[in-house]
Amino acid sequence: MAKASIKEVLLNPVFNNNPIGLQILGICSALAVTSNLKTALVMSIALTLVTAFSNLFISMIRKQIPSSIRMIVQMVIIASLVIVVDQILRAYAFGLAKQLSVFVGLIITNCIVMGRAEAFAMQNPPLLSFMDGIGNGLGYSAMLIVLGVIRELFGAGKLLGFEVLSLAKDGGWYVPNGLLLLPPSAFFLIGLIIWGLRTWKKNQVEAPAFTLAPQVANQEAH
Amino acid sequence: MEHLISLFVRAVFIENMALAFFLGMCTFIAISKKVETAVGLGIAVIVVQTITVPANYLIFNLLLREGALAWAGFPEVDLSYLGLLSYIGVIAAIVQILEMLLDKYVPSLYNALGVFLPLITVNCAILGGTLFMVERDYNMSESVVYGLGSGFSWALAIALLAGIREKLKYSDVPEGLQGLGITFITIGLMSLGFMSFSGVQL
Repeated sequence: MAKASIKEVLLNPVFNNNPIGLQILGICSALAVTSNLKTALVMSIALTLVTAFSNLFISMIRKQIPSSIRMIVQMVIIASLVIVVDQILRAYAFGLAKQLSVFVGLIITNCIVMGRAEAFAMQNPPLLSFMDGIGNGLGYSAMLIVLGVIRELFGAGKLLGFEVLSLAKDGGWYVPNGLLLLPPSAFFLIGLIIWGLRTWKKNQVEAPAFTLAPQVANQEAH
Repeated sequence: MEHLISLFVRAVFIENMALAFFLGMCTFIAISKKVETAVGLGIAVIVVQTITVPANYLIFNLLLREGALAWAGFPEVDLSYLGLLSYIGVIAAIVQILEMLLDKYVPSLYNALGVFLPLITVNCAILGGTLFMVERDYNMSESVVYGLGSGFSWALAIALLAGIREKLKYSDVPEGLQGLGITFITIGLMSLGFMSFSGVQL
């Protein structure tokens, strides 16, 4: 990654190295806020901004941070950014902030932010780190938006609150699948998305811990 | 007393940290391959959670809350916007202190938990517990019980998942779904199971 170009840094995390699909980072919020598209969008924007700016600031002072206390320095920077986001949301979109409840605060412990600060921003110049933050934020957002669209569209027949599929109870044809609004559905969907992603990009498949011995019954018949 | 027991049961089963609120998922998935390590981490979470929730309760009510600084002569000061920063600082400090204390006085426990303690700082279940405590306005005894209950709920969930995953590696899972994919689907099924507690009322 020594000579990573801006384009690579920006686009890689979306498909090739998706933070949720491959790096198992930042899953907590991905599940809890995606039952409708609006909260998913707000969360994506908030996380992308926080990741980008925390990468930028940490990268700017990376040569001044003593390595023994770097965690605390990173935490303070991230926490301050999250406080800014939280205050802005409370000021301009109070209803939304209530709906997201504790999950805005939990961006602090979202492993994507911390992980990128530690793994990328500590070694790279500010502009590149900023782009890396945006890229990883986009990878996270892509997953969140896909989940949000599927869950809201098929769970409630709506997108962003507007009716798309006319519901059976109002004389339409679509019977909503209530399961998709419940929390467990997010797990199933992410599991299936990962399956799809790995069928498409074979190199992401994990090496199995065990391989089963082939069935021997056929050979015994001879 | 009844009220506290009901709060504990609700925190463990109905509002399970891992399976109903999805907090601490990263470690939940990464450290659940073996029952032994999962239980070790679970115990560490219970301990840290039971200490940090009441500690943050004190910080919030004695320093940050609107009018809380009246004892120092600043009755109009409202520092609650500094909450997030203070909570995460308190959590990091407590984890660090706990690590040093255990190293000095209970080396056997330190060796068992050693690797997991630093991980707990970035576990969202811990910060989540504190934020829920603030949002729901628990009092001192409630926050102790809530800390214990929510820590226990997370430990219970990770121990169960590790048990399932230990058996799961002998099964023939389709390629591509192996590893992370099937783990997610397993957690989904567990979460469905835990949802059936939602009607339970004490």
